[in-house]
Amino acid sequence: MSNKEKKGGQQQEGITRRVFLGETARGASVATLVGVGLWAKAETAHTLPLRHIRPPGALVEQDFLAKCVRCGLCVRSCPYDTLRLGKVEEPGVVGTPFFKAREIPCEMCEDIPCVVACPTGALDKGLKNIEKAQMGLAVLADQETCLNFLGLRCEVCYRVCPVMDKAITLERLQNKRTGRHAMFIPVVHSDHCTGCGKCERACVLTEAAINILPIDLVKGKMGKHYRLGWVEKEKKGGPLAPNIINKPLGQWGLDP
Amino acid sequence: MKLTRREYIKSNAIAAAAAAAGITLPTTKALAETQGDESIRWDKAPCRFCGTGCSILVGTQKGRIVATQGDPDAPVNKGLNCIKGYFLSKIPYGRDRLTQPLLRKSNGVYDKEGEFTPVSWDEAFDIMAEKWKEALRKKGPTSVGMFGSGQWTVWEGYAASKLYKAGFRSNNIDPNARHCMASAVAGFIRTFGIDEPMGCYDDLDQSDTFVLWGSNMAEMHPILWSRLTNRRLSAKHVRVAVLSTYSHRSCDLADNELIFKPQSDLAIANYIANYIIQNGAVNEEFVAKHTNFRKGVTDIGYGLRPEHPKEKGAKDAGNAKASSPIDFEEFKAFVSDYTVEKASQISGVPERNLEELAKLYADPNRTVMSLWTMGMNQHTRGTWVNNLVYNIHLLTGKISMPGNGPFSLTGQPSACGTAREVGTFAHRLPADLVVMKKPHRDIAEKRWQLPEGTIPAKPGYHAVLQNRMLKDGKLNAYWVMCNNNVQASANMLEETLPGYRNPENFIVVSDPYPTVTAQAADLVLPTAMWVEKEGAYGNAERRTQFWRQQISPPGGARSDLWQLVEFAKRFKVEEVWTPELIEKMPEYKGKTLYDILFANGEVNKFPLSEIQEGYENEEAQHFGYYIQKGLFEEYAGFGRGHKHDLGDFDTYHKVRGMRWPVVDGKETLWRFKEGSDPYVKKGAGFEFYGKPDGRAWIFALPYQPPAEEPDFEYDLWLCTGRVLEHWHSGSMTQRVPELHRAFPDTVIYMHPDDAKKRGLRRGMNAKITSRRGEITTRIETKGRNRPPRGLVFVPWFDARRLINKLTLDATCPISKETDFKKCAVKISKA
Repeated sequence: MSNKEKKGGQQQEGITRRVFLGETARGASVATLVGVGLWAKAETAHTLPLRHIRPPGALVEQDFLAKCVRCGLCVRSCPYDTLRLGKVEEPGVVGTPFFKAREIPCEMCEDIPCVVACPTGALDKGLKNIEKAQMGLAVLADQETCLNFLGLRCEVCYRVCPVMDKAITLERLQNKRTGRHAMFIPVVHSDHCTGCGKCERACVLTEAAINILPIDLVKGKMGKHYRLGWVEKEKKGGPLAPNIINKPLGQWGLDP
Repeated sequence: MKLTRREYIKSNAIAAAAAAAGITLPTTKALAETQGDESIRWDKAPCRFCGTGCSILVGTQKGRIVATQGDPDAPVNKGLNCIKGYFLSKIPYGRDRLTQPLLRKSNGVYDKEGEFTPVSWDEAFDIMAEKWKEALRKKGPTSVGMFGSGQWTVWEGYAASKLYKAGFRSNNIDPNARHCMASAVAGFIRTFGIDEPMGCYDDLDQSDTFVLWGSNMAEMHPILWSRLTNRRLSAKHVRVAVLSTYSHRSCDLADNELIFKPQSDLAIANYIANYIIQNGAVNEEFVAKHTNFRKGVTDIGYGLRPEHPKEKGAKDAGNAKASSPIDFEEFKAFVSDYTVEKASQISGVPERNLEELAKLYADPNRTVMSLWTMGMNQHTRGTWVNNLVYNIHLLTGKISMPGNGPFSLTGQPSACGTAREVGTFAHRLPADLVVMKKPHRDIAEKRWQLPEGTIPAKPGYHAVLQNRMLKDGKLNAYWVMCNNNVQASANMLEETLPGYRNPENFIVVSDPYPTVTAQAADLVLPTAMWVEKEGAYGNAERRTQFWRQQISPPGGARSDLWQLVEFAKRFKVEEVWTPELIEKMPEYKGKTLYDILFANGEVNKFPLSEIQEGYENEEAQHFGYYIQKGLFEEYAGFGRGHKHDLGDFDTYHKVRGMRWPVVDGKETLWRFKEGSDPYVKKGAGFEFYGKPDGRAWIFALPYQPPAEEPDFEYDLWLCTGRVLEHWHSGSMTQRVPELHRAFPDTVIYMHPDDAKKRGLRRGMNAKITSRRGEITTRIETKGRNRPPRGLVFVPWFDARRLINKLTLDATCPISKETDFKKCAVKISKA
């Protein structure tokens, strides 16, 4: 326990300094922005940049911004320095917490210290199980450069996934080009992907082929007028229309 | 000139930005790359990493590797690579590449406790030669030794073996393949009388059944695994069974996953043999014509130091290989003890899984391929379990035919080609000859033009014994080349490091990078790697593959071959051989070992003009002749006409490898079967010609418990191994930033219940401790490996967390290979 306290102590010191610098910077920034005539740009920078991911449990962006008091306590509680606060010179809202998956992904602490630390509920206290977090969604966006689609044996994203075999599974396909090898294709399942960003971080390509993106940007939505028969059947545990006879009928030309 | 759409947009965007800013760019990035492509030279090389032997095309430009690609026409990999192979172009360019010899010095002179100081090659060889001569003078040839590699090129291994066995007259040369394949070798020699698999990779495309006995091919032989998987996908009847002590990525494909208690594979294999007999599945004609039955001695100990309590009572430890003939009925009675109930009770595998597996082997209409690596080889009964799996194939006659046969996969790129075929082991000579047999020594001495009696008859110190002898001060001048043995060998704090730092010893390490082993040395020699030299590797399917030197090594780095041959110049024969021996060939008087071993009319008979135009060959230029060709041709003379035929040197440079024996220019895919092996006599059907009567041996050998088992205090099994992202100790792959990022630090793979019991959670730091040492690292309960309760798995690539501080240096008493898969540990909060 003493180790943890010590660590916490170090961080407290760190954050004090950081907050101090932040405050100073904010003061200075007004002058700078006005000075270079970019005031207008700062005014419009309210949307979350695509590659900025909010901490686990963050409310939808508008509500989050309304509740977040820019206190930085979530950042201070993060044991892996994943979270940081937006700076003036960056796009995004100054002083609000986020992380960039390619730089430092979320380690998915079981006790979710950032949510615990949040004093306002901008990070939803209802999130008790980190595996239920939805910070974003991993999307294997580029199938042209993903080594697995080319038949190479990489699958690094699959193996680093903390919800392995649920959030990312491997689908085995035959490699038509070589005619004698299988391909192991990573498939992301949004039910389980927390958007932690480990996959994006670990992708070995120069630019990651798998990226964490905002769920609303990525997820499609099926019309309510159609159901997937096999899913419904499994949900119910049997046929939905039980009265239909499920009996093989004879066929002309063949024995019944 | 082609630009992809993206590059086009990018280059235009850059150009536009540059124009806006009023800057003229010399050329855009995309343009530079495309223009450059035309001047890239592409040439072949096998991959530097595992025993699969994927073929690479290496792209060089202005003396640098600028890109690599899988060779699309190579039969092994068809253009594919694993993630390590994808980064081959980066491995020579780590920032801490060694470029000059480093000697520990204080106040300008050598001092074992001194600081590493750059010295010239001359100074390095001066001190080395002085130390070697001192050791030879004081204690004789057994005080000098070498630890080599299954990653040496064929001629490096050959030159090293010759320098030691013939030059220094010391058999104390052993390769790191001892940690890797020795049990497979001993298994082959014992059952078949000849080393290496009978089948080839073509089996993977054809078999009906794959049984993995202690191999995680999905990560360790990635391209072969994708081939096996493709076979499973392409035919519905194909079945995959995976035996392991923990669940891993290969289990994903398993129709039958058998997680057994460590060491109990012995009982499972005997049960299968029993099942085959009890169910009338014995191929009686095959067994009658092509096999003999033997019963091995059993009280063989665990390869520990003789004073260890487990060794003291072991009456057969001195003669662990011994066996006596029995007949089929005796064998039948022996295995009848291994009922499904007993096998299940010993192994913890449910009876129905065992039966399902046995049925696959017994089904006469099913071809079966058994595959294994370290799970079976790194085993205190490694030779036995190899023998027992051969039993199953021999009883059913499922061997040496397409899709049918046992296949021992090799770990290293040239464990077969160099360590085994060249015979760089403490007891071996080229082409399966051994030092213990006078006729074999005669052959070698004759071919090497040496006086009779040059090569000592007693096997030298094997890997583990070398460490012990260094510690005990009996091995004093020691050269480690092309491996990282301080990180790799078991019980490193008690049995490895003390020998390296023993003040009586002088330790030399040749490596491209400052490895853990290099840091433990007294002299570090900067070494050329991979395509910085001309080379040849032999992969797991007996395929010998050549490459040319394609770039120059950095700074003063020199190849292992150059180092070995150049060092030989430092010894006058009088300083090494006895006067009586020299008297037998007085013409050698006053000559150097270099003159006798390398400038001998054979090794130096091919002129520089035979080197392919346009290619560097720095060693050849230095010595003044095509040394690689000379060494290869002299070496190949051992095997040609003796069932180990290698092809012609120049042909290998032109083709994508050939599988030996290469007879009349044709390669051999399935050995020991009439029609596919030129050495099998007409009408024989099968012929296991490694044995004098052409019959393979079926062994009666029991289950025996391991050397160390979990107890009340050390309550968990520890198993160590590799991961896909890293090669062995990580000395190359940890220097590739992307691979480091993909798996930076080792972890403890653990069952979540075991973690919980100790107050641990995933991601927490934990201390793992054995009777020998401890490390601290993070717990992983959800990752790629899922151990059962009671076992943890820790990868050993991490130089900052050396798991071999914990492992036990128990070995198979026959193969002398360490069991890295079983010892007892405890885990607590860090």
